Amino acid sequence: MSGHFLFRLLDRSTVIFLVALAAVAVTVPLLNLAVPQSSSLHVPTYVVALFGKYICYAILALSIDLIWGYCGILSLGHGAFFALGGYAMGMYLMRQIGARGVYADPVLPDFMVFLNWKELPVAWYGFEHFAYAAMMVVLVPGVLAFVFGWFAFRSRVTGVYLSIITQAMTYALMLGFFRNNLGFGGNNGLTDFKDVLGFNVQAETTRNVLFALSCLALLLGFLVCRFIVTSKLGKILIAIRDAEARARFLGYRVESYKLFVFTLSACMAGIAGALYVPQVGIINPSEFAPGNSIEPVIWVAVGGRGTLVGAALGAVLVNYAKTYFTSGALAQYWLFALGGLFIAVTLLLPRGIVGTLHHWTALRRGKIAAAAADGVTPARAEPLPAE
Amino acid sequence: MEPLTSALLYLDGVTVSFDGFRALNNLSFAIEPGEMRAIIGPNGAGKTTMMDVVTGKTRPNAGEVLFAGVHNLAKLDEAEIAELGIGRKFQKPTVFDSHTVSDNLELALEADRRVRATLWWRRKQSERQRIDEILDIIRLTSVRDRVAGSLSHGQKQWLEIGMLLAQNPKLLLVDEPAAGMTDAETRQTADLLKAINREHTVVVVEHDMTFVRDLGVKVTCLHEGSVLAEGTIDQVSENERVVEVYLGR
Amino acid sequence: MRCSRAWLVALLFGLSLLLGQTATRASTINDAIAHFTADDFDETGAGISEVAASGSPRAAVILQALQNGQLMFSAERKAVYVQDDAGKLWDAVTGDAVGGDPPADLDTVNINNRLRSAIDAALGGLTLLSADPAKRLDAAEAVFKSRQASALPTLEAAFAKEQDGRIKYVLAQARAAIVLTSPDAATADKLAAVEIIRQRGDQDALALLLSLPDGTAVPVMRAANAAIAAIQQRLALWDAVQNAWYGLSLGSVLLLAAIGLAITFGVMGVINMAHGEMVMVGAYVTFLVQNAIRGYAPNLFDYSLAISVPSAFIAAGLIGILIERCIIRFLYGRPLETLLATWGLSLILQQAVRTIFGPNNREVGNPSFMSGAFDVGGITVTYNRLWIICFALAVFVALLGLLRFTRFGLEMRAVTQNRAMAASMGIRTSRIDALTFGLGSGIAGIAGVALSQIDNVSPNLGQGYIIDSFMVVVFGGVGNLWGTFVGAFVLGIANKFLEPYAGAVLGKIAILVLIILFIQKRPRGLFALKGRAVEA
Repeated sequence: MSGHFLFRLLDRSTVIFLVALAAVAVTVPLLNLAVPQSSSLHVPTYVVALFGKYICYAILALSIDLIWGYCGILSLGHGAFFALGGYAMGMYLMRQIGARGVYADPVLPDFMVFLNWKELPVAWYGFEHFAYAAMMVVLVPGVLAFVFGWFAFRSRVTGVYLSIITQAMTYALMLGFFRNNLGFGGNNGLTDFKDVLGFNVQAETTRNVLFALSCLALLLGFLVCRFIVTSKLGKILIAIRDAEARARFLGYRVESYKLFVFTLSACMAGIAGALYVPQVGIINPSEFAPGNSIEPVIWVAVGGRGTLVGAALGAVLVNYAKTYFTSGALAQYWLFALGGLFIAVTLLLPRGIVGTLHHWTALRRGKIAAAAADGVTPARAEPLPAE
Repeated sequence: MEPLTSALLYLDGVTVSFDGFRALNNLSFAIEPGEMRAIIGPNGAGKTTMMDVVTGKTRPNAGEVLFAGVHNLAKLDEAEIAELGIGRKFQKPTVFDSHTVSDNLELALEADRRVRATLWWRRKQSERQRIDEILDIIRLTSVRDRVAGSLSHGQKQWLEIGMLLAQNPKLLLVDEPAAGMTDAETRQTADLLKAINREHTVVVVEHDMTFVRDLGVKVTCLHEGSVLAEGTIDQVSENERVVEVYLGR
Repeated sequence: MRCSRAWLVALLFGLSLLLGQTATRASTINDAIAHFTADDFDETGAGISEVAASGSPRAAVILQALQNGQLMFSAERKAVYVQDDAGKLWDAVTGDAVGGDPPADLDTVNINNRLRSAIDAALGGLTLLSADPAKRLDAAEAVFKSRQASALPTLEAAFAKEQDGRIKYVLAQARAAIVLTSPDAATADKLAAVEIIRQRGDQDALALLLSLPDGTAVPVMRAANAAIAAIQQRLALWDAVQNAWYGLSLGSVLLLAAIGLAITFGVMGVINMAHGEMVMVGAYVTFLVQNAIRGYAPNLFDYSLAISVPSAFIAAGLIGILIERCIIRFLYGRPLETLLATWGLSLILQQAVRTIFGPNNREVGNPSFMSGAFDVGGITVTYNRLWIICFALAVFVALLGLLRFTRFGLEMRAVTQNRAMAASMGIRTSRIDALTFGLGSGIAGIAGVALSQIDNVSPNLGQGYIIDSFMVVVFGGVGNLWGTFVGAFVLGIANKFLEPYAGAVLGKIAILVLIILFIQKRPRGLFALKGRAVEA
């Protein structure tokens, strides 16, 4: 691994992003813990948790950008992988409650006692161990994505068809998780967590550590994605996005490539979900709602699909806007704003914020080449006939 | 396995039907190694469908498609067929628009096509040289760092042929390489194909009779999914049935 | 059918003769009421049976009074009276007013729960003789279910008198039920009874046969088991018919919801995630129309749907045209972007409706012709479901006709098959695009009118249908209306046949999984177009 490798990995915007992220990861906890509450620089704990949530969303957005921006796979079911990772973490946190639950059962979580269950379902075995839970966080979404993708890509389900069946997948999972007898808390989901690895999840320090860990996960996820998209594999992904048939006739097994990024992306989404749950304190089936899988796509579109920085930035920006809107008198206009954002971005800003910036810089340098290489082909003006 | 035929590509009794319409009807012909063959025929004669069958895009309903006498192409998919050494140029030039010209060639170069290999792959000196060579052959050296999407139609056609070269296949299927080109470009394309034919077997599908005449090779005329006539361009163009089909008498 | 009925009547007749020999023990009403003076529950029980069996015209009055605590007795005078609400006494047997002072030891005939149910059964038996055929039928059914042996004599009497074939049929079943459960009936009688019960063949018959008392003779048991199998088979058949009906009903709903999508997605290739909201708009138009009618012309309420259909079509269609002109036309050839933009649009439309009409369900009434139900064999058919099936078929046929026979349909097909060629032949393709999209949206609006009759009219109405609609179109094959038709009914029926085994939610999940697997197998749906056109 030579200097050439690092050079490939770290272009200017990547470096800026990584430095900024590291700064945030250190500054926010510092301002929360070390600065006295009376100071105007103090960051309240709830803001730390809020930012932690945004960072998790940024990881989810990154995972979607990897497959959509670079490989043209629009998954409308990534919320499902996010939620599955979250449930795996939630199950660990539930087992940690132990006898401190309302019903004080040493083994069974409260909702099982409430449902009059006598034994722990098999699916819950092992979740008292953090290592096992952490493995499941990656494994469950990964295996689901692998099986789903294996079927879908092998039979060449592409474009909107794939989007629709991923949407159906998350919808089916939502219906399933709403059922009590599936054994994951039904409607109410999993909540009332106490400890994670022996630390109180409500405690200020824990929250700051979780925040910093989320930033670290985003950083690592970013580097992994960056490594992939700058490799020859990344070029092949873009090739598949632009001309799938050509790639096939060149001898590339398109389905293997798609399956690889799709599975990897699902694992990333699972990790994002796992970091999300202890910070928000609850996971329930509404995380599987179809809308929850479509919204992250617009974060990516806002930031700029096909630019990793854009995806992460878009997630933070849109969610900050959401918090701003929904916490004030403007609450009932949020959906108008979100809906408008969907339309405006697709119509007026197809490259997204970062993509447009890249494009401008490139135009100034007289090289359209670089911008197009960043992922977004210019919109086709002429309507095409139906597929 | 003992080769069943000396031909590089051997089609026997191939039939393809779409909803009752027979795009290929009992089509049989053979291409010998090192040969260049031009395939002509009016619209709907089954030229593109024939290419689809050979490259694994379409499965024949009946008949046999053998490559190098041993591989049954009817049972393989596109990537497997490409790895056997069959390259294809589309009717509409298809290149990777957001990649640069040299990246396009790089992706086409013979190499390990497996996912893991591509993740850790690094460009070798020999590969760089090969890309330079091909750029030279297809006369695109000056635009090697432009994205392919910004090339002219003719340049894209050449880039696609260059990608075929980079793939180094045993058999090249070239679908209407001269479509939409100026006369000068057409002639250059014919020269290019002739140069390629020195090392590769080539099948060219073409409408343009001047272009076919420029190539000066054996011609197969298809009509309604079967072979109507075969021979030199002069023999074929004097064939009464060919005249009838083309002029609609 | 005819043959088996004749055979049945013969059987009934035979059974009645058998019963006639064993079960008639004449008892006069006077002997019967004497039991009531003993002030003992067992005695009273015997009295109830005997009164019921006496055939006296006063029997019903006596039993009713006993039930109401208005039957009095005097042990001293050995007499029984009926006391009316005013406290006046009437002779129980003759019905004459009782003169003079009431007896000193006058007391109520006490009853307990066991007796109360015996009275019910006995009264049931007595209404077997009512003049009203509907009451007689109900009474016969009541006896069948209660199997009170005490009702047997009355049943006999009723059977002999009964003229109505259907009631006679039920009477025979009631008698058979009593015979089967009575411990001392002859085996031959029981076998005949089993046969009658088997002929009845519903859940009640099954329950009766399954609850035969222990110690029933072996041949009877054997016959009963055979009958149980036969009934279960018959019930399974009706169950299947019922499921098929529900499936057709669901299929028609799916067809309505998906057919507009088949136009916009299937024909134009536009992914309209706001399609469900067009359905919602249709439902709210229905609400507004009904509101207006309630306010200004209440007598027109039955015509509200007839007014709503064109209104919803126009409203949703215009919104559709507006969407096409303002958003979608800029996104042709970019299906994934279209998907996102229309999803945003659906959020806006939902929130707009929520802001205007409030987040709660709105009340949309059923016109009289759409309420109520009727029975066919073992299933119940509700009128609203029936009408919606008819309506869905009508819309489908109308749409097929429009595409097939009108100038607009021709131009539309031309544009979708070869845009450039159509344009060069003088078709204004952008106008056709707008109108086609408007047509698809308008049909979604019409679907909303129908769905307002069976679903809650709320801002979320459309969301519930969007995934199902896409599934139908994708399953049936894009670009093919017949595919949508078959897809809707296949999915509807499959869903309803899975439900009994898997439950509603798991059934739905199973269907989604099956479709996902199916798309793997045939990525272009059931009725896929083949050949080069597909790749265009």
